[in-house]
Amino acid sequence: CHSLDVTFMGNRLIDSLVAALMYLAGLSMLSMSRLCFFFHQQGQFTNPETPGYVGFANLPNQVHRKSVKKGFEFTLMVVGESGLGKSTLINSLFLTDLYPERVIPGAAEKIERTVQIEASTVEIEERGVKLRLTVVDTPGYGDAINSQDCFSTIIAYIDDQFERYLHDESGLNRRHIVDNRVHCCFYFISPLGHGLKPLDVQFMKAIHNKVNVVPVIAKADTLTLKERERLKRRILDEIDEHGIKIYHLPDAESDEDEDFKEQTRILKTSIPFAVVGSNQQIEAKGKKVRGRLYPWGVVEVENPEHNDFLKLRTMLITHMQDLQEVTQDLHYENFRSERLKRGGRLSSHGYILPLSPAKGPDPEEMDKDMILQEKEAELRRMQEMIAKMQAQMQKQGDGEGDGPHV
Amino acid sequence: MWGSTLLGYVGIDTIIEQMRKKTMKTGFDFNIMVVGQSGLGKSTLVNTLFKSQVSRRSSGWSRDDKIPKTVEIKSVSHVIEEGGVKMKLTVIDTPGFGDQINNENCWEPISKYINEQYEKFLKEEVNIARKKRIPDTRVHCCLYFISPTGHSLRQLDVEFMKHLGRAVNIIPVIAKADTLTPEEKTEFKQRVRKELEVCGIEFYPQKEFDEDMEDKSDNDKIREAMPFAVVGSDKEYQVNGKRVLGRKTAWGIVEVENPNHCEFSLLRDFLIRSHLQDLKEVTHNIHYETYRAKRLNDNGGLHPISSSSDTQESNL
Repeated sequence: CHSLDVTFMGNRLIDSLVAALMYLAGLSMLSMSRLCFFFHQQGQFTNPETPGYVGFANLPNQVHRKSVKKGFEFTLMVVGESGLGKSTLINSLFLTDLYPERVIPGAAEKIERTVQIEASTVEIEERGVKLRLTVVDTPGYGDAINSQDCFSTIIAYIDDQFERYLHDESGLNRRHIVDNRVHCCFYFISPLGHGLKPLDVQFMKAIHNKVNVVPVIAKADTLTLKERERLKRRILDEIDEHGIKIYHLPDAESDEDEDFKEQTRILKTSIPFAVVGSNQQIEAKGKKVRGRLYPWGVVEVENPEHNDFLKLRTMLITHMQDLQEVTQDLHYENFRSERLKRGGRLSSHGYILPLSPAKGPDPEEMDKDMILQEKEAELRRMQEMIAKMQAQMQKQGDGEGDGPHV
Repeated sequence: MWGSTLLGYVGIDTIIEQMRKKTMKTGFDFNIMVVGQSGLGKSTLVNTLFKSQVSRRSSGWSRDDKIPKTVEIKSVSHVIEEGGVKMKLTVIDTPGFGDQINNENCWEPISKYINEQYEKFLKEEVNIARKKRIPDTRVHCCLYFISPTGHSLRQLDVEFMKHLGRAVNIIPVIAKADTLTPEEKTEFKQRVRKELEVCGIEFYPQKEFDEDMEDKSDNDKIREAMPFAVVGSDKEYQVNGKRVLGRKTAWGIVEVENPNHCEFSLLRDFLIRSHLQDLKEVTHNIHYETYRAKRLNDNGGLHPISSSSDTQESNL
């Protein structure tokens, strides 16, 4: 992932050292955990008494400890018309109240509003593992009488996060890159219609190459079981028909246990998930459940026969990692290559200089020597910086800085 | 005290019976329009109201039923009979309303249709040789379906009702109300009523047309309870030994005619059992007259058309 910049460097020894350090520095949590997984499978080195045991099988534990200390970041975007229960669902999913001081605007107040982007960050901790969750809400989407332009703001936001990451990634100091890219977008479909609306189709087509789209049928307690099945089938047909690329759950690996494989199978066949959200505790059949109380019965949020809430939550939690990876490896790389093709070369400061749109020679056509020279100059500067830092560390004594962040 | 006292039984009160017999023989027309985004259960509700398949097939949506690109006006008539009384019920559907990405002015085709019916009636009325019974295609009632978001009215709702509230009797209903718990329903209704008030929208029964104190007190009660939160269904289930219309879910059966579950019975009683005739009268005496007066003023008078020459254009 981050190795592209490294290849530009020459073959000198000190450069290789710097290269290695940079590589490790840039190695993301994601690839490390892949490594973890890999080592996990190699059973033969787990016994410390085995002759020939080196001890790097302990690496997963070290990574695990470090990642627990570092925590995870995840950005979830929710899009849908108002009144589809988005906020309630988010609060239900994460068992928290993300919107404590919420005021619902009336129709008259909505007239002047355009689509807003509101990001709320919450830090959730469970059994020592920290999750920094950012939920990006998009109030105003689909509310106006003329919703022609209502998603340009949303697309601009997604692109902006990619741009920022690209900029940070190409910059000098890559120690604290914050990943604010949108890893997943829940798109809320109204249960009242007969399928996708024209706006739904247009929006999903506009973002399916930028973010993982997970369609969700909201307020599913409006539907009987038959209606729900019909609606799901209809939505899947329409998604097919219009060539919309929604997020596909990866198939369970062949070495997973049967339960996990079965779970993945069930999840895959239930898309789009028909959910009901609630944080109210209702008394039903002698126990307290989260649900909605109607005169004719209680809808239980966590009852798989009532709705797919648990499935949605399972999918999100077990595939949080995969969602991040797909964002990094597919959507971000797409953006990056498009951007660099359009934009231009990396400057000495790591900024991407946009070339004027009229002329714009491809980076490949430019003088390779020039690029190499620039890179060497940049490298020299970085080497000087590292030397300076090392000198500083020596002065402050050991134990303070711990070198490039692993 | 009304008039002078009678010295004996005259038989004036039998006129009511005579009128009743007459109405039964001639039957009467009722035209109801349904407006709202697709999927709000409009067809199902009309079928439930009149206990017959008067609107297009409500259960399911066939693969070919795509959302039309512009608002269409589709009108279907049926003659239904009950207790010897015949009613020619016309249901006017408006598919495509509010379903596009750009819904600006999507009420215009509807407004045009309503005015066209007034125009048709006016032309007949102004004729020299008039028909005995002018066919009445005017829209007597417009059921406007509000989406049960639980938040507030949508911009489109406000715009529609503002533009058409003065031309036709609008009865707003909250559709698919089984998505709201009782508390959410009360809150939503209150918010909607407040918004309607703030925007100056007068729905039927309009306050200004209450004829007397009795009317006013009856109508006040109804206005307080509106918009009715309804659920429709054409399927029957067994509940407590009775067959009831309802919707069966995994957590219970929503009974359409159970006042604890939804307000369908209130709507039906109001619309059909008590105010059906009043809807027609208000349409004829007030909305139609408003239209007529405007037309007369605009053209400086209407010239009657002789029935022989259909081609001769009047100055209408």
